[in-house]
Amino acid sequence: MNQNRSFFLLTVLVLGFAFLYIPILSVIAFSFNESKLVTVWGGFSTKWYGVLFDDHQMLDGVWLSLRIAAVTACGAVIIGTFAGLVLARFGKFRGRTTLAGMVTAPLVMPEVITGLSLLLLFVAFAPLPLVPDQRGFSTIAIAHITLTMSYVTVVVQSRLSTMDESLEEAAMDLGARPAKVFLVITLPIIAPAIVSGWLLAFTLSLDDLVIASFAAGPSTNTLPMMIFSKVRLGVTPEINALATLMVSTVTIFVIAAGVLMARQEKTRQRDAQMAAATAGVLPQP
Amino acid sequence: MAQIRYVPLGHRMSSRMGRFLDTMSHFPPYRWSMDVARRLGVTGRTLVIAVPWIWLMLFFLIPFVIVLKISFADTRLGVPPYTSLVEWGQAGYLQLKLNIGNYLFILKDSLYFEAFLSSVKVATISTIFCLLLGYPMSYGIARASPSWRNTLLLLIILPFWTSFLVRVYAWIGLLRNNGLINNVLMGLGIIDEPIVMMQTDFAMYVGIVYSYLPFMILPLYSNLEKHDNTLLEAAVDLGATPFKAFLRVTLPLSMPGVIAGSMLVFIPAVGEFVIPRLLGGTDSLMIGRVLWDEFFSNRNWPMASAVAIALLLVLVLPIMLFQYFQAKETAGAAHR
Repeated sequence: MNQNRSFFLLTVLVLGFAFLYIPILSVIAFSFNESKLVTVWGGFSTKWYGVLFDDHQMLDGVWLSLRIAAVTACGAVIIGTFAGLVLARFGKFRGRTTLAGMVTAPLVMPEVITGLSLLLLFVAFAPLPLVPDQRGFSTIAIAHITLTMSYVTVVVQSRLSTMDESLEEAAMDLGARPAKVFLVITLPIIAPAIVSGWLLAFTLSLDDLVIASFAAGPSTNTLPMMIFSKVRLGVTPEINALATLMVSTVTIFVIAAGVLMARQEKTRQRDAQMAAATAGVLPQP
Repeated sequence: MAQIRYVPLGHRMSSRMGRFLDTMSHFPPYRWSMDVARRLGVTGRTLVIAVPWIWLMLFFLIPFVIVLKISFADTRLGVPPYTSLVEWGQAGYLQLKLNIGNYLFILKDSLYFEAFLSSVKVATISTIFCLLLGYPMSYGIARASPSWRNTLLLLIILPFWTSFLVRVYAWIGLLRNNGLINNVLMGLGIIDEPIVMMQTDFAMYVGIVYSYLPFMILPLYSNLEKHDNTLLEAAVDLGATPFKAFLRVTLPLSMPGVIAGSMLVFIPAVGEFVIPRLLGGTDSLMIGRVLWDEFFSNRNWPMASAVAIALLLVLVLPIMLFQYFQAKETAGAAHR
């Protein structure tokens, strides 16, 4: 009986992972295809990478999207960390329910609604001073920060809720003011969450088509907007090459970050155990 | 005393910032501004709360009020392309002009109603398929040996990090008439002529299930992973078959994960635009597409706003359900 179950689970896992990975692998394979017909194999070639690097419009889009994503990730990390800290550590205060609701809603809100509402805000406030009257870089970044800070908040909040509060209390008892406690104690411990929040915000911003289309002015073209308009006209091998570069960059980053964090976590746990052992306390199992 | 060999990420930077803060607190302008703030009753705590609160008020809540406002406006030629609701009348009165024509049109015109209906249908069916595939996968990962578990989890998360557009694009290459699937099937002699899959509902469902599967698996996994295995053993000891033990113990315990995952798939899928546009047929009526066309092609901003408000009304219940379970899950994690 148990073996039947394991067999079933294994089959589903294999099929599920095949479903997740075959499309991506096929894109990578066909990016090295000589033939312009994307699905007929015409021999190995890297010519589509050459075509891609000659396409200045596309490269401009890549550069613009990368800059927006970097600004977005930094902004989202700052505001998201504040929000995560407030929700995890500040207990009850007036407006807490509103804040918690506003933080989780963008996670599920259909993008067309968020995009439309932000555009109407930018248009309505355009006559005011200090508001950019041209939509473009800054409006897309604001829209993306609003979207991605929710993800950062969730990551930071869950890290804080699994973290031992007694460290912060001890520092407080020893006379450190809250701001110092946060900088010296809390921040280093939640650093992995902040790093993964930054990466998450960066990739989400780099990937977003719908909200950017609403928030962008007529002359701004981010990378996803360019991919979308090309794909609408049909499959082109150039996109395969671009996709391969994007997928491999992300894979390297995610795996490196994962390995780094696992190692840090392991050392941290070992140190905590050693410290506990020296203090005469049995390490927690 | 154990020697600490390990320097946490950013530790050196943070202790430097701590020292900077100490220096700052002796710096007169800093002290004066803190005094002023204290006298006004503004504490550091309030300031910290204010940062995310004001940002979200400004860029999340107020925009919805503006959408609501514009949904009651009328279109006009010009910039911005909608009329204002409040006008100075001729006698010097403030006149409030509310135009409910957009909403009446949504109710009256069968196009919108059908679009809403088919969006909810597509989202429901996609959610069910995500659940059918995602549940056994999350269960399998949660039951895998710890060394495998992290690798499998990383493999689930990895597609989520890669471009969504690229992944949808990948399916075009597979599903086209001269795409990989048709080529393989014809090469094997199973079919003689290509099966038309692109621009059909089938392609759209495949795209949605494929893109949203990780959203189903992650909350389900984090729920299933917490389960106490001894409960299952107890059930089996008391004579339940493994299948019955699963039905009576695991399934009810995993309901919060099932609901969280389903809502994470269902809610965005209802408003999905990119997948129906790229994979679905030209006649596929999805409300996200209707809103997009109303805004970008027809430039009818008031109508697009009314569609957005109506969509929000349809989704209010699922969103509240999601928030309720999300709050419960995070509270559970905090009490652990």
